Amino acid sequence: MEGAMATLPRLSVLGAGHVGPVVARLATRAGYPVAIAASGDPGNLALVTEMLIPGAEPRWAADAVADADMVVLAMPLHRFLRVDPSLLADRLVIDAMNYWPATDGVLGDFEDSAGSSQIVARRLAGSAVVKAINHIGYHELEQNARPAGSPDRRAAGVAGDDPVAVAAVGEFVDRIGYDPVRLPSLEAGQVLQPGGPVFGLVLRRPEFERAIGAEPATAGPPGPHVLAQAQSGRGE
Amino acid sequence: MSDVTAEVAGKPSSVPESARFPLVFGLDTFGDRNGDADGKPVTHAQTIRNVVAEGVRAEQVGIDFFGIGEHHTDYFPMPAGDVVLAAIAARTNRIHLGSAVTVLSSDDPVRVFQRYSTLNAISGGRAEVILGRGSSIESFPLFGYDLADYEELFEEKASLFAELLKGGPVTWEGTTRPPLYHQDVVPHTESGPFPVWIGVGGNPQSVIRAARLGFRLALAIIGGNPARFAAFSQLFQKALEKFGRPPLPVAVHSPGHIAPTDDQARDEFWPRWLELISLVAPERGFAIPTEESFTWETGPQGALYVGSPETVARKIAANLRALQATRFDLKYGMPGLTHEMLMTNIELYGQQVIPRVRELLAPAPPGPTSSGST
Repeated sequence: MEGAMATLPRLSVLGAGHVGPVVARLATRAGYPVAIAASGDPGNLALVTEMLIPGAEPRWAADAVADADMVVLAMPLHRFLRVDPSLLADRLVIDAMNYWPATDGVLGDFEDSAGSSQIVARRLAGSAVVKAINHIGYHELEQNARPAGSPDRRAAGVAGDDPVAVAAVGEFVDRIGYDPVRLPSLEAGQVLQPGGPVFGLVLRRPEFERAIGAEPATAGPPGPHVLAQAQSGRGE
Repeated sequence: MSDVTAEVAGKPSSVPESARFPLVFGLDTFGDRNGDADGKPVTHAQTIRNVVAEGVRAEQVGIDFFGIGEHHTDYFPMPAGDVVLAAIAARTNRIHLGSAVTVLSSDDPVRVFQRYSTLNAISGGRAEVILGRGSSIESFPLFGYDLADYEELFEEKASLFAELLKGGPVTWEGTTRPPLYHQDVVPHTESGPFPVWIGVGGNPQSVIRAARLGFRLALAIIGGNPARFAAFSQLFQKALEKFGRPPLPVAVHSPGHIAPTDDQARDEFWPRWLELISLVAPERGFAIPTEESFTWETGPQGALYVGSPETVARKIAANLRALQATRFDLKYGMPGLTHEMLMTNIELYGQQVIPRVRELLAPAPPGPTSSGST
């Protein structure tokens, strides 16, 4: 991993739906070289990239991953099941996905007591998988991002089994505007999942740490909460 | 050539978006099951009859559009909104009537077209359709669809719907329903296609799809700062340009509740909001709202329109301007609110909020030109 400011890791975001463009925009603003890919022709993403993620480059997924130091998975989980694991081999992978049966349908592969990122990591045996950016709604991710040192900065969980990978993703989370709270394993990262004590909340560090040590029902006082994800209300 | 929407103003492109289309104000309901004065839920049937009365009242107080969102739950017993809209159509003359939304992925586009072109006939050309997903995920298991197929279903069915709207015999083939060959689908509309919108929550590719198919854009904003959707509005107009289509209007749909005072609106709405979100939170991954989060959402930065007529009017005006939108649909009601509270909400919206928003938007806002009267 390059440490120097001038050579930030190259980031590729896979998924251009709700989450992907927001992560790509935050990363571009933080100075990362960013590519974004959806399932098809990058030409289809040209307008979205130009208007919403200026500075990022739309690419074919395979090309985007081949040149990336870090890959963000920001696609629906059922789409992930169609991704060839060899594509991501030897890559540092940030899993921003969630398993939400009520919203996305039941997926047999994820009906398991293990966390969804543990199952992702099992499929991606050749990659270093870190769970992050999954527990803050995409609609809130941007409005709550703050530079280091801001008094109202919010925390974001970063969980993984590989400490070097966790450190690298922690630095990424820090640079895009969140105070990284590192968790020592993907198993420990289950607290970041839907139904967990910090899911959907945007908490300051002390509240976040208190919440993940507490029962889900007694989560600390949230910051500006927003319940919405697109699937609610009228959204398609 | 396949513009599927009616009256598009072909004004020069130098005219700002906000001046291209007339301001339109609507109400949406999901058939939120009413409570009685003691807080006990009334029957599904009574709730449905109340919605008919609410739609009729909406026209009387000057509201332009009344929409019903498809839902299939005990607290939103509203799976057949088009039937309810037909009852309202028979008792009104002016108000436009539509879905908000139709869950197209778990429906048959041919039947949706038939139901709404029938409504269009009954109402004398007042039907509209908003296509989307809504929070009505319960229709997928109910009708035997897999949520994992959502994207494919929507893409294909929306394309077929665009074909049906053109009005001629349809030839179509896909994977989600049997093919059609030179199929005449009745009833024909009298004056071309009725307006169709796509409801978009936060996916930019859905914005592109609406533009590609020539549908209008309805931004569903139910949480977070609405201003972030301004980029979607711009993306939509750019995409229309790219697809060689004329500009189309953008609508905003958001929940809220209006009462004579801010405190009363909040006191009526908050306990029901807390109850509803708490009910759906476990399966939807929502956070349970707190008084603090609710205060934020009902404040100037948030997405909920809860308050006195003045508070709500100011917020609507600010967001229509920020989002370059010309239509606002208030999703009124919440399970447990009484029919009387909803009628008050409707009256205040029609008689005070809408005129006030028009007034607030009438003088030239900083930047764009005045929205000249037609």
